[in-house]
Amino acid sequence: MPEEIKIDARSILKKVNDYTWDIPQDYKAGMRVPGRIFVSAPLLASLEHDTIEQTANVATLPGIQKYAMAMPDAHTGYGFPIGGVAAFDRETGIISPGGVGYDINCGVRIIRTNLTADEVRPGMKELIERLFHEIPSGVGSKSKLRASDRELTDAFLHGAKWAVESGYGTDGDLKHCEENGYMDAADPSKVSEKARKRGKPQFGTLGSGNHFLEVQYVDRVYDDKVAEVFGLSKGQVTVMIHCGSRGAGHQICTDHLGILEKATRKYGIALPDRQLACAPAESPEGQAYFGAMASAANYAWANRQVITHWVRETFTNFFGRDTDELGMELVYDVAHNVAKLEEHTINGKKRMVYVHRKGATRSFPPGHPDVPEAYRKVGQPVLIPGSMGTPSFVLHGRQEAMELTFGSACHGAGRVASRAAAKREFRGETIQKELADAGISVRATHPSVIAEEAPAVYKASEDVVDVVHQLDIARKVVRVMPLGVAKG
Amino acid sequence: MLLEPVAEEEKKYEYLYHIADAKFRAYGDTLEKAFGNAALAMFNVMTETANLKHEMIKQVELTSHDIERLLVDWLSELLYLFEVEGIIFGKFEVGSIKKDEDGFSLKANAWGENIDLSTHHFDTQVKAVTYHELEVKKNDVYCVQVVLDT
Repeated sequence: MPEEIKIDARSILKKVNDYTWDIPQDYKAGMRVPGRIFVSAPLLASLEHDTIEQTANVATLPGIQKYAMAMPDAHTGYGFPIGGVAAFDRETGIISPGGVGYDINCGVRIIRTNLTADEVRPGMKELIERLFHEIPSGVGSKSKLRASDRELTDAFLHGAKWAVESGYGTDGDLKHCEENGYMDAADPSKVSEKARKRGKPQFGTLGSGNHFLEVQYVDRVYDDKVAEVFGLSKGQVTVMIHCGSRGAGHQICTDHLGILEKATRKYGIALPDRQLACAPAESPEGQAYFGAMASAANYAWANRQVITHWVRETFTNFFGRDTDELGMELVYDVAHNVAKLEEHTINGKKRMVYVHRKGATRSFPPGHPDVPEAYRKVGQPVLIPGSMGTPSFVLHGRQEAMELTFGSACHGAGRVASRAAAKREFRGETIQKELADAGISVRATHPSVIAEEAPAVYKASEDVVDVVHQLDIARKVVRVMPLGVAKG
Repeated sequence: MLLEPVAEEEKKYEYLYHIADAKFRAYGDTLEKAFGNAALAMFNVMTETANLKHEMIKQVELTSHDIERLLVDWLSELLYLFEVEGIIFGKFEVGSIKKDEDGFSLKANAWGENIDLSTHHFDTQVKAVTYHELEVKKNDVYCVQVVLDT
């Protein structure tokens, strides 16, 4: 298997400052704006050539504003790079599934507890075993939810709100969820029968790959005041859930790429990559995709909400204390694969744009009306999951994000080695043992799953988070370390 | 079941480097065989298919406006059947791929067995078949290239 040939990114990129590198607009024919990649010197060294190409491709799309951007964790994807952010004017721009990805509203939520790491550590192995059994994960796993057609439609329409109204959580959960748990743009009539059939049995499952459920503890506090606002303190145990819209989202993306391919020709849009199939944002085809995408996003929020409920149940049974006693409140939930219609100020003028975040987290600043009231003084919690066995971070959104990145930050660590390479290089059992020695219990369907996601195949999440911190698009609040991980 | 003799030199498919996803090239002396081998490559990303029983059969009929799209639609359909019908496939026979005014069409059979999580072990989940770096080419033999979102 030929490994990728490394290129010197510096031969293409122009340095703006220590953390900002531009792709000149004349780099590729058809670029309407320059590209902009936010990386530090060490991250620049591992930047793939294709990530630059894909960022440049995004810059050719109609109606793009300011820059086609890539976050510090960017790596090669399909269509947009993973870590790609772009905003398109509502009237003159496009909407593209290539800027969202197949796993629509893949995202992260973090739940606080009032347990301490010392209390939880002794029983960790047993607790993670129970969580692994209570929350179905892995290829071919079936949910215990058994949603009816009507419930599925309700979940597409109302997301986490449906879940809470059906007994899977509290109103407080909705207040602490991006979009309050659902996008009202959802239009389930644009969701195919196939997507429904894939989504139904998987509703209430974690999935596989990089998705996980993690019991963690706060090991470092960077900002006491903001941490207090988020209800986080040193030594406190948290739970993180990372998953998305499962087969429903994958099929919705597949279906609408097909429809939008035709639309691309119909509207005479020239594309450098078929995966960027798109339509004018407000066209019937564009809006059909948006309605279906929002349905998948809502399904994902409902999915994470239902899983949250099962996590609470498992903790309640395990510790013999109810959810309130355990203080298991949702801190926040973010989507990191989604397109949203948002208002941004561009060249001094307020405009409505479709912001595409593909492997990027929204990072809204203090005072923004979309930030939950409880957090409005400090900005939204920006949740950055680490890879298996590595730290995750909670940051808070900053005004600079509105100036630089259409209110966006990175979404995770970003891969540096392929799954195949990981499986060649690592044995799951060895990684599992090493992590156990470091005090982290990992439970997975099979050791190869652990090998594929070995900590060494990811960029260090610290390096990625430090870039957004230095750019001041989001600032570090706390670091959380894993105690136990369940994955599919 | 009769074992079909496979020529030593015949390479069905190979995996190529991709940092996060799975990329492969599948070959065949006919376009149909290359499509069949592409399906084999896709399922082998998820699990070892060599020892699967061919006790279940599914028929697939598709029409797409161009040949690359037909490849994506073919693999996407199999992925759909895998998830919804719960069948893991290990053998494919693609009938003649035809071109007419509607585009390209195929009829195919796929054989496999019902998923049983106590015996089948899955590595990587394939989420979808992408258009990224998608190629259908003929040099000495037919070669198709696909990137799967995993």
